[in-house]
Amino acid sequence: MARMASRHSATVRITHWLIAASALGLFVSGGAILVAHPRLYWGETGTLGVPALLDLPIPFVYGHSGWGRHLHFLCAWVLVTTGAVYFAAGVASRHFVDDLLPAKAAGARPPLERYNAAQRIAYLGVIFVLLPLMAATGLAMSPAIGSAWPALVETLGGHQSARTIHFAGASLLFFFLAGHVGMLVASGFGPRMRAMVIGRHERQAR
Amino acid sequence: MSAGDSKRILTTRRALVAGGLAAAGAAALGAAARVAGRRGLIPPDYGGVYGVGETLTYAAQRLLVRGASLAREFPPEAVSKVAPVNGDPPQSDEYLRLLEGGFVDWRLAVDGLVARPSSFSLEDLRRLPVRSQITALACEEGWSYIAEWTGAALSDVLAVAGVLPQARYVVFFPYDEWWDSLDMQDALHPQTLVAYGMNKTPLSAEHGAPVRLRVPRQLGYKSFKYLARMTLTDRLDRFGTGQGSAAAESGYSWYAGI
Repeated sequence: MARMASRHSATVRITHWLIAASALGLFVSGGAILVAHPRLYWGETGTLGVPALLDLPIPFVYGHSGWGRHLHFLCAWVLVTTGAVYFAAGVASRHFVDDLLPAKAAGARPPLERYNAAQRIAYLGVIFVLLPLMAATGLAMSPAIGSAWPALVETLGGHQSARTIHFAGASLLFFFLAGHVGMLVASGFGPRMRAMVIGRHERQAR
Repeated sequence: MSAGDSKRILTTRRALVAGGLAAAGAAALGAAARVAGRRGLIPPDYGGVYGVGETLTYAAQRLLVRGASLAREFPPEAVSKVAPVNGDPPQSDEYLRLLEGGFVDWRLAVDGLVARPSSFSLEDLRRLPVRSQITALACEEGWSYIAEWTGAALSDVLAVAGVLPQARYVVFFPYDEWWDSLDMQDALHPQTLVAYGMNKTPLSAEHGAPVRLRVPRQLGYKSFKYLARMTLTDRLDRFGTGQGSAAAESGYSWYAGI
């Protein structure tokens, strides 16, 4: 009989699905905001009539940035609060050190339950580089935040640069998500989903 | 006691604890909402699911951003060569007549919760201390430009009328159906202008002649054009559907500090 093995903690599972739901909302609403002006610039300013850094080959679609921005901010609040809980729990439970840091991850779990090097780099990159960068560039687009912390906007190269980096970060996150879901399907959708929903999966027979 | 009994007791206790926690949570939320309301942390468009995000954003910025923090200003060489506009000037007979007459007969009415309901001509506004700023105007669509704006500080205009202490918002009306409002923090902010000049020329019709607001700590649509009247109030639920602006009624945020 196959033994049931613990795979993901309750905190990881709950925060995973809250983050997944908010990420879906952020991608959809981010797209709705982007199509109102699908041109990207470098520096402080940019409009129609001046050269763009990147002119996306999609039409200008107006009328969706209202609900788009409402949904974007609602999901951003869910992501930020959930992310803070995940981060605090990850530090307290040594999840980052035991499961994700390359040097320490070797001995902590049986080989089949360990993340490989590519997974660790991807997860660490998303958690500690891309998501903080999305928050920073998102905040830098706010004129009120820019009044309080001008150095944030200047470090990122200006208001329009922040918008462009925000788009680039979203594109990288989209590639990560595609790979994440692709690997899930390739490595066995059922057991992996079970592990992330109820926390256990059937340990493979040795 | 059987196992079933102890399970029932446990379930009852869990239900009691959960119910108590829910009641305590609701009471705490209610108390927090009252305190937040008193401290001006709840925007008029707080309703619905999206209102949760609006309220968190507005409250967080009002708590974290100092009221006097200044929007970034730029050197003259940063002024953009292209300054697009969205929308057309009002087409009402009154506006077209004023435009044709060079706005000589235009008056800006200030009423509501003020000691001295007042009316300003362009000359009256020009006699107030002249403020100039080179700031960025960012449209909610994503594009932005930098320009130099010249005008009177809204706080100087309001000081002439004498704002009563119970006033919490300024509501703005133009020459069409659009309307908007600001809380007193942004209304009295030193960079909030009643602007009559742009890039050293009188404001053009497209950019909001004869005067527009400049609110550089918020997105472009808060820099309200074609100003005709402003009224001071302690509550916004008397205006429109109570969401604080025509933009909010059209599905955009009332607070656009973003």
